[in-house]
This record gives sequence, structure tokens and C-alpha cells, in this order.
Amino acid sequence: MTDLLTLAATTASGLSLGITEGGSWLLRNAWLIPALPALSFLGILFFGKRMPRGGSELGIALVGIAFVLSLLTAAAWIDHRDNFEGEEVHRAVAAAEGHAAEGHATEGHAAGHPSLAVHNTVTWFELNDVTFTAGTLVDGPAVMMLVVVTLVSLLVHVYSTEYVAGDQRYTHFFAFLSLFTASMLLLVVSENTLQLLVSWELVGVCSFVLIGHWWEEKPNSDAALKAFLTNRVGDMGLIVGVTILFFTVGSALPGQFGSFSIAETNALAGAGRLSHTALLVASCCLMAAVMSKSGQFLLHTWLPDAMAGPTPVSALIHAATMVVAGVFMIARMYGVFFEGFSIGGSSINLMALIGGLTTLVGACLAFVQRDIKKVLAYSTISQLGYMVMALGVGAWTAALFHLFTHAFFKACLFLGSGAAAHAVHSFDMKSDMGGLRKHMPHTYRTFVIGSIALAGLPPLAGFWSKDEILVGTGGWGLFGGTGGNGAYTFMLVMGVTTAALTAAYMTRCIYLTFFGEFRGHGTPHESGPRIVVPLWILAGLAIVAGLLNLPKGFPLVPGSLQERFGHFVEPVAAYFPSISHGTPSWSLAIASTLVVLSGIAVAGWYYFVKVEAASKAAGESLTELPDGLTSRYPLAKMGHTFLVQKYYLDHLYTDIIAGGTKGPVAAAAYKVDQDVIDGVVNAAGENAVKAGNLVYHRFDQLVVDGIINTSGRASSGAGGELRKIQTGKVQDYAAILFAAATVLAGILIVIV
Amino acid sequence: MENLLDGWGLTVVTFSPLVGVALMLLIPRYQEDRHKLVALVTSLWVALVAVLLLIEFDIGHTDRLQFAVDRVWIDVISSHYSMGIDGMSLPLILLTVLIVPLCIVYSWNHFPEPHNPKAFLILILILETGMVGTFAAQDLVLFFVFFEVVLLPMFFMIAVWGGPNRRYASLKFFLFTLFGSALMLVSFLALFFLTGAESFVFTDLADAVASHGVSRTAQLWIFGGMFLGFGIKVPMFPFHTWLPDAHTEAPTVGSVILAAVLLKLGTYGFIRIAIPILPEAAVEWAPWIGLLAVIGIIYGALGCLAQTDMKRLIAFSSVAHMGFVMLGIATLTDFGINAAVMGMVAHGLITGMLFFLAGSMKERYHTLEISSLGGLLVQAPRMGWIFGLCAMASLGLPGLAGFWGEFPAILSAYSPANGVPVETFRTFMVIAAVGTVLAAGYLLWLLQRAAFGTPPDEFANDPHITDTSREEWIAWAPMLVLIVAIGVYPNLVFRLSDGAVDASLHQCLKVEASELTAEQARALGCADVYEISVADEHGVDEHAAVGG
Amino acid sequence: MLLNQFLLLAAALFAIGVYGVLARRNGVLVLMSIELILNAVNINLVAFSAVRATVGGEIFALFIIAVAAAEVGVGLAMVLLLYRNRRSIDLAGIDQLRG
Repeated sequence: MTDLLTLAATTASGLSLGITEGGSWLLRNAWLIPALPALSFLGILFFGKRMPRGGSELGIALVGIAFVLSLLTAAAWIDHRDNFEGEEVHRAVAAAEGHAAEGHATEGHAAGHPSLAVHNTVTWFELNDVTFTAGTLVDGPAVMMLVVVTLVSLLVHVYSTEYVAGDQRYTHFFAFLSLFTASMLLLVVSENTLQLLVSWELVGVCSFVLIGHWWEEKPNSDAALKAFLTNRVGDMGLIVGVTILFFTVGSALPGQFGSFSIAETNALAGAGRLSHTALLVASCCLMAAVMSKSGQFLLHTWLPDAMAGPTPVSALIHAATMVVAGVFMIARMYGVFFEGFSIGGSSINLMALIGGLTTLVGACLAFVQRDIKKVLAYSTISQLGYMVMALGVGAWTAALFHLFTHAFFKACLFLGSGAAAHAVHSFDMKSDMGGLRKHMPHTYRTFVIGSIALAGLPPLAGFWSKDEILVGTGGWGLFGGTGGNGAYTFMLVMGVTTAALTAAYMTRCIYLTFFGEFRGHGTPHESGPRIVVPLWILAGLAIVAGLLNLPKGFPLVPGSLQERFGHFVEPVAAYFPSISHGTPSWSLAIASTLVVLSGIAVAGWYYFVKVEAASKAAGESLTELPDGLTSRYPLAKMGHTFLVQKYYLDHLYTDIIAGGTKGPVAAAAYKVDQDVIDGVVNAAGENAVKAGNLVYHRFDQLVVDGIINTSGRASSGAGGELRKIQTGKVQDYAAILFAAATVLAGILIVIV
Repeated sequence: MENLLDGWGLTVVTFSPLVGVALMLLIPRYQEDRHKLVALVTSLWVALVAVLLLIEFDIGHTDRLQFAVDRVWIDVISSHYSMGIDGMSLPLILLTVLIVPLCIVYSWNHFPEPHNPKAFLILILILETGMVGTFAAQDLVLFFVFFEVVLLPMFFMIAVWGGPNRRYASLKFFLFTLFGSALMLVSFLALFFLTGAESFVFTDLADAVASHGVSRTAQLWIFGGMFLGFGIKVPMFPFHTWLPDAHTEAPTVGSVILAAVLLKLGTYGFIRIAIPILPEAAVEWAPWIGLLAVIGIIYGALGCLAQTDMKRLIAFSSVAHMGFVMLGIATLTDFGINAAVMGMVAHGLITGMLFFLAGSMKERYHTLEISSLGGLLVQAPRMGWIFGLCAMASLGLPGLAGFWGEFPAILSAYSPANGVPVETFRTFMVIAAVGTVLAAGYLLWLLQRAAFGTPPDEFANDPHITDTSREEWIAWAPMLVLIVAIGVYPNLVFRLSDGAVDASLHQCLKVEASELTAEQARALGCADVYEISVADEHGVDEHAAVGG
Repeated sequence: MLLNQFLLLAAALFAIGVYGVLARRNGVLVLMSIELILNAVNINLVAFSAVRATVGGEIFALFIIAVAAAEVGVGLAMVLLLYRNRRSIDLAGIDQLRG
């Protein structure tokens, strides 16, 4: 059933898309931002080896310019958001009125809408009278992502000059870092789903190349392969989902059978013009893509393995940017998801459920890791689950805000772990780390700041974003409710539980890495400025980023400074569904903080009190209690094993599914090919030969040849007989002659 | 210049190689350099004329036959010497004339045993005539002649310069294809006599079928015959088994030409002959073609996963890729067939490159057993990267050519032509999408085993394993550039093919299209809009309006 | 019916001549038999010529007599040679033409 009100709003001058072709130069030419790193990629690829610093200087310079441009674009957007007075683009739709079916986009006159996204396209290719465009759709989320991606990328570039210094594929590393940045930027400004799909896969392949950077070692290339293949499984969903949307949208547009345009898709979905079933199926398909790209439960297994790549790559790709592409995609196509999953007014849906499960599952796994990067990887999975869950419950702004803050503190943590590992030449917290706080004070401090931000203690960044998500679930009904789009109490419980778990595993991680005594070899040293400065910049952002979106009604600042992030990032336009916002709740904030503190307290008591005491007693730096729960209770031991085995999902995927396909299934198919199909062919060939033999021996040799031979023999025999009359005697000849003449004469007489 | 091209251009492109052959026959066998030179100059001359044709080609009217020649050829059987190109054949001709000189350059110093460049190059040039002629012919008899001309040189190429099992492979290739050709010929003749067409020219036949009307059953049978002939060449499951053997045994250049051009003769036959002339039968056959296509996709991929030989793996991947092409064709939509044309070009470039690479690796390692390879990136980094790029292109990475063959084919399967069962094709779409995952699986697996890791001990210090040589660069660079260029800007191909595909489909499916427009529109609940547009236009554009 | 008597005579002579050619083994007799055949023909020619009152037949007859004379000359020479070589003119022994 269509919503009559929205339908009425769409008829007069076609459908409002909430986009404009106007806007300032910077917003219209946002394609420059991805173009710069792309240029850097080509430059490094072809000339990098000849540059004095192996091409890294080109990468840093161009990504730096891109960052500055992004900041300028952000400023332009802030101006545009409230002050734009341009014309909006409308789209003719296949409406009940005949006059609406006029064809292509028409310029409407409803000027002066705030928050119109800036749309700029060029023709990419044309097929069957449908023009496929490439272009940019610049709005709040896109601008936010531009800033995040260029900033983190720039810092990672700088960091990498020291981290991978001396690597034999230094130039190649920077080339692909640039290509990744370009692809990711292209993804966030994508104007249509096809372009999104293209850049989506491009970031995937960059991830593949960079995870497998040290491909001499088989585990690394295995991890790269796993990442790519898992993502490919999700991409399958993306391809199918995009296809469904293409034709579904086309059914609502006259004179055109499909459209990839994100704005059109969302606007039509939001206006209730698209079939709900199609939207639901498309959403499920797209969700598969999100699950693989953003490491959601069931398809998350590649992400921890992806830590085989160099740490800067992990920070940039597998924490701050690429893995949030899934979250961004949901945010981009929110009109589709919002309608497809009926997010408003519901209390559970697939997206929220997957997000919630992921956040718990990831957090649990983070407890049993020895490898510091894997702790962070599972933490990333868990936090991505948070974001997806937030989107699933309708807390769009909160999700993107969490994405924003998470990018900083998680990048900070990854780079910090890289700095520590760089110093001790290992990622193993239990055997090669410990006590690093004395040796690496900067790393230690920034890591702790990042951890607190991640755990979500006020006033650091993570607190604000996590709190908004919890508010957005609308599940805090016990104390009067927080509003929001539905009553997702279950999600609230999962979110709060995860908050406690997060605080606990980060405490464990900090203890194992920085406290106790150093368990490795040699003496670790603090890294140089090219590592430390990015760390501090990110740590600083991890402290302050949360302040950008202080909740409404926060007492200490004026109203004009509250919810700035939401104001500028969340679109208020036709291509975005009208979502409702939760009301911030002091009680929830306090409760969640208490939960976090309790998580820290439990883990702190275990490590800082009991393990510390046991270490002193044992005279060495222990990493766990010798008589812990797992050794005392079989059930706990089983649980531990279950976690260590990563829920056996890897066994399922690698051994059963992948191994099965590669092994028995493929072998069976090939056997069928060789034995059955080729067997038929060969049998046909052999039988043809047999038939040929038969024909040859029985027919050709006996019958056909027989006739020939017989005739030969006959003539030879006849000759033998005739030979006898040739006596050589003239009289015999004369007799024949005479006889013949007589016969001829007789014939002559008879006939004539 | 223009007039000259107009009348003679296609003839020159088609038969110049034969002039080269005649010249080479006069040169004694031991003067190898002269043979190479003559062959190269001939192929370059052909390429040059083809490029001139491209320049003179009226890009605004890709649907029209251009540079057309039509003379009576064999009057007794109403066969014409009718040649012409439109947007569907031009990309394939360009692909052919590009591949041939590259093959000659590539084999410059690497003629396979038993050497004999004279014979080898003569065969390549004869092949070129056959291939270009097939794409340019507009008359069934002429088409058939060229189609068969291709067969013999390839047979000899495999049988003489092939691997250890070459006799079996070449014979299989020859007999299999000949079997299909025979049925195809019967179909052609049946078509001609049943319709009573004026001549064997395609358009005459299509008109005759449309106006005189051949019985539905007869159409189905005729289409079936063509299906076998073309399907074997493609090759479609289950007629594909000649392909892995032929590829595995063929010399590198033979494999490249086989993969890059010869397989396209089959798919081209579908979109040029079978579908435009027998549209109704095509609609009936479409689900079956689609079914075999998706079986081919999955099956080819599984076959790849089971291979231990690199060249055989690439050969099997052709089965999967041509499955995508056939899926696009089976949808009978503008989108699908454009995807098919793009898929043909892309597959030609990419798989051709992969066979080149396999050949070069075989030359260096003397084996293509995947388990004994490894560390190509260490010993020959540039070649390793080219290999990586081609593997990525082959698995359909966006931004490289392969994607534009795969994705639009999947896309079109969601909404096939009117009269073709939609649900069936949507199922096919999902299966084809699964195929993309498997494609990534086997190609990356191959890449990992062959290129990553460290070289095995037996090759670790082998001085023969060098990086890409000069001839290899010259032969590969144009293909690599095109793979990337088409990937970034697919309009390079779509712009040529779209108009032609559109025109050929509208001509043949127009009746069904306008009939079903109103019906579909009603189903969508906006009948009035469409009735207006149906009334306004002339039965040509509604097809687009409802998504064909 | 005068012609019939001539023709019957000629046929008898011809038959005797044929018998002589085929049956006799003496070379000279064979030659003489040939003469009989030729003269049978001559009688025919002259008879027809007389009946039709033309001279063509007589001219042919004279021509044949001339030729027969030459033929007998050559024939006798051959018989003579045969005799010199083989001391016999028995034709049964002469089968050199046998293939």
C-alpha cells in the first residue's frame, strides 16, 4: 500500500530526489579527491622506483592535497547545508497521471531546500537507451567519509615510511596504498550502485594485494585468498541486490527500464513506490555483501586472518576504512534497507540481529587471542557489529558517528600495536611482550587513550557514539523509554553486554602488552617521530572527536554546539527516509558507564591483582593464572576451546565448504567430465571406428571390393578363354572373320 | 579513399592474408626471416586497413551494414558474395586483426617444434582470412565456407606443432566441429528451401522467415541444428570436451587464437544468424540455452578446480566464461547480447593473455604442472604482475574488461525478453553469481600456487627463468592496455555494439514486444501510461520502455 | 531370270572358294581358292552390270582381275619363301601369329 501523503508530494512535478546539480565548485567537483590518489598510484607504479624515496613522497603529497581538499569540501558542505538556495532536481515517475510520463529528469522549482545533496555526473556508457553515469553524490555522510579516509590514509602513509622502511616492495606497497585510498574515496562519493559495486571490488582487491604483501610466506597468501574469496561470496549478494534494485526502480520510471541511481532508488523506496518484496529481497542480498565486507558474523572469519598484512594496512583498511564500507553502504542505501527490513516500528530485524550477534561474538573471541592484532581485529568485528546493529535499529546518525570515532581510536590502537610489534619483532602478547610501558611511553599512553575510547568511558570519543547507539535502540523502556524507531530491547541488552566485554578484553590486552615484565628478547625501543606523531594525532582525535555530537540537552554547552555531527551529516532530503531519533537519557548513560567500569574492574582484578601476585610468587611474568577457571572447570575449558577454535567456523568454511568444493565436488565434476561426457565422446569416436571397421571389413572389403575383384577376375578369365582362339593360324582367323561376316549379314537381313 | 574502402575494404581485409600466403609459397623454406617479415607485414597491413575501416565507420549508425558488398557469387545456388560489417562484427574483426600480428610477434623466436616457420605462419594467415571472413560474411554459404576454412589450419596447427597427445586432440577437435558443421549446413539448407528465400543473404532469409512463415516445428528443428553447430564451437556444455584437449595440446599461439577468436565464431553465429533469422524458435530455445549456459558456468569452474595443469585449467575457465556469454545471449535482450559481445572481446583479450602467459611459463619451466610451479613473482616479477592482472581480469574484477562481460549478463538475466520464463532466468542469475565466486576461487588458487611463495628448489637457480622478454612485451602490451581501457571505459565496445544489437533485436522481437507491453504495463499497475506511449510510438521503443 | 543363274553360279564358286581357303592346308591351293572367291565376285559384278546396262560393274571386274594378278604374284612369292624356309607349304604349321 502506498502512502497517500508521500504519493501526493511526488506527483505535481515528479518525484523529489533531494539532490541538486548546483552547489559550490568544491562540492560539484568532489571527483578530484579520488582522482588525486589515483594519479599517485599511476605515478608510483611507473616512476616510483626512480624516485629518491621510492614513491612514498608522491603518495604522501597527493594524499595530503586530497586531505586538504576534503577539509575544504567539508567546510563548503557546512556552508551548503544551511544556506543553499538552489534548484532541486525532480524525476518523472510512472505515476497514475499521464502527464508525469514525460521521460527524463526535469528541473523543478521548489528551491531552497536545505541539505540537498550535490549531484554531478558524466555519461559513462549507454546501452539500450539507458544512460549509465558515473559521478559524485556529495552529502553529509560522503563528506564525513572523505575527511576520515584521507586523514587516516595520510597518517598511515606517513607511519608506513618508517614501518615498512627497507622492505623490498616498498614502492609497490605505497602504490597500492594509494590505489586503495582512491578506490575507497570513489566508493564514498559514488552516485550510483554500479559505481559503488566497482569501487567496492576495487577496495577488495587492494585489500587482497596488501594482505598478501609478504606473499613469500604461504600463510600470508592464504589469508589474502581467504579475504578475497569471502568478500567475493558477499559480492555475489551485492551483484544480485544491485540487479534487483536496478529493475525494481526501472519499473517505477517511465521510458527507462532500470536505474542504478542511489538517490532515485532511495527516494522511490522512501516514497513507497517500490514493491516491498523486492526491497526485502534486495536488502537481504545487500546484507550478504555487508556481512563479508564489514566482517559480520558468519562471514567475519577473513578479518582476523587479514592481520597477516602489514600493520599500517590493518589500521587503514581493516579497521578504519574498508571494513566500514559495508556500514557506509547501508547508510547510503538506507531508504532501501529502512523499507525493506521495516526498521521503523519494529523490534527485531535481520540487520539488527546480525549486528547484535556480531558484536557479542567478536567481543568473546577477543578474549582468547595471543596476538595483539587479532585482539584488535576481533574488537573491530565487534564494533562493526555495533554499527550495523545501530543501523538496524534505525539509529543512523549514531552508527555513522560511531564509524567516525571508531576510525580514529581503532587506527590509533592498530598503529600502536604495530609500533609495539615493530619494537619487539612479534605480535605475540604472551611470549614476546609485557612491560612495554617503561620502554615505549608514547605508544603506551596513546594505546591506553585509544583503549579507553574504545571501551567507552566518558568523555572520550567512544563513549558518546556508543551511548547514542544504545539510546537509538529505543529499548531503554524500563525507565521511560528513549524514543527511536522501535523497541529494540534485545539489541540494547546485547550492546550493553558488549560494552562490558570490550572494557574487559582491552584491559587484558593492555596488561599483557604493557604491564608485567618484558618476556621477549633484547630491549625494545620507542619508535621514531614518523610513528609517534601519527599516534598522538589519532589519540588526540580519539579524545575530542566525541564532542562533535554532544547529545541534545547536554547542559555544559550552548544548543548551537549540540548534535553538530548529526546536523551536518544526516541528510534531510527525499532520498533519505524520515527516521525518528531517540531522546538522550542520563540514566542510560550512567548505567552503561557503570557497566563498562565493572568490566574493567573484573578484568583489572584478575590481571592487575591476581596475575600480578601470582607472577611475583612465581618469579616470572605470567600471562594467566596457573589454576584459572579453565583448568578447574571442564565446562569453562570447553567454552575456552570453543572460542579458541573460533566457533569452528573456519573449519566449516575452509575444510568443509572450500575444501569440499575444491576437493570431492570438483573432483567429482571433473570425473563426470572425463568419464561420462568425454566418455560419451570417446565412446562415440571408438564406436565410429568400430563401425568403420565393420563397414570396411564386411562391406567394403567383401561386397564393394568383392565386386571389383570379381570383375577383374572375370575379365582375366575371359581373356584366358579368348586367348585360346588366337591360334596364330591365318585360316582360323579367316574362319572367324567369315563367321562374323555371316552373322552380321544375318543380322542385316533380319533387321532390314 | 572512402569510396575505395567502401567497395573493397572488407575484401582487402579478408583476402590480404592469402596474398601474403601466396608470396610466402614462393620463398624457399630456409629463408625464415623473410617468411617472418612477410607474415608480419601482411598481418600489420590487414590491421591497418581494419583500423582505417574503423575510422571510416559511421559510428552514428552502427546498426547499418557498412562497407557492404553484394555480388552474385554462385548463381546456381543463389549464393551471393555478400560482405558487410555493423557494430556487432566490427569489434570482433578488430580483435582478430589485433591478435594475429601479436601472435606472429610472439612466436618470432619461439617457434614450437618441429619449427618450420613457413608452414606455421602460412597456417596463421589462412586462419586470419577464415576468421575475418566469418565475421564479415552476410551470406550463409559464404559464412559456412569461411567457418570451415578456419578448421583445417587449426587442425594442422594442433596436429603438427602440438603436445604429446596431439593426434587425439586434433582429431577430436576436427571431428567434433565438423559434426556440428554438418548439422549446421543441413539447417542452412533447410532454411533456404523451406522459406523459398531469394538468396542465402541473411536479410533475405530473415525477411522470408518473417513473411512466408515457416512452421513452428520446422523452425525449432532448424534452430536446433544451428544450435549444435554453433554450440559445439562455443563450446557449450556438454559439447565442450574437445576444448580442454585441444587447448592443452595446441602450441601457445594456437591456443591464443583458439581462445581469442575461434570460440567467438560460435557465439557470433548465434547473435548474427540463429536469433535474428529465427526469433520465435530462439524464444523457445532460450531457457534451454540458458540452462546449459549456467551449467557450463558452474561446471567449468568445478572443472578448473580439479585441474593440475595450468593450461588445462585456463581452458576449462573458457567453458565457464563462455557460459556467461551464452547466458547473456539466451536472455534475448539488448543488455544480454551487448554483454555477450563485450564478453567475447573481453574473453578474447584476457584468456588470450592467459594462454600467452602459460606458454611463456612453459618455455621457462618446461612444465605447467601447478604443484611444481611457484614463486614466479620472485624470479620474474613483471611477468608475475601481468599474470596477477590477467587473473583478476579473468575473474571479473570491475575496472578490467572481464567485468563488463559478466555483470551485464547477470543483470540481463533478471529480466529476460518477453516470452522467456522470468523465474527460470532469475534462478540462472543467482547460479551465475555463484559462478563468479568459484571463478575467483580457481584463479586465485592458480595465482597463489604459480606466482606466490618461493620458487621450488629445482627452479631456484635456473638461469632460463628470465623476466618478460622484448617480444613478449610487444605482443602483450596492446592486450593489457585494452583490458584496462575497456574496463575503465566500456563504452569503447558498447558504443559499437549497442546500436547493432538493438536493431537486430527490434527487428526480430518487435511483434512480441508490443503485444506484451500493455500486458506487462497492466501488471505493473500503470497501464494508462503505457497505453499512451504505445499509441504515440511505432512499436519500436516500447521494448525499451518495459525492459525487454 | 537369267540373273539368278549367274548369281547361283557365283554363290557356288564363292562357297567352294571359302571351303578351299578354310579347309585346305596347301598354300597354293589356298591362293587358288582366293582366286575362286574373287572370280565369284567378278561374275556377280558382270551379271549385275549386264542386267542394269551400265559399265561400272565391268570396270570393277577388270580392276579386280588386275589386283588378283598382283595378289597371286605376291602370294606365290610368299609361298615360295615359306617353302624355302621350312621345306613345306603346309599352312597348319605356320602359327607364328599366335599371341
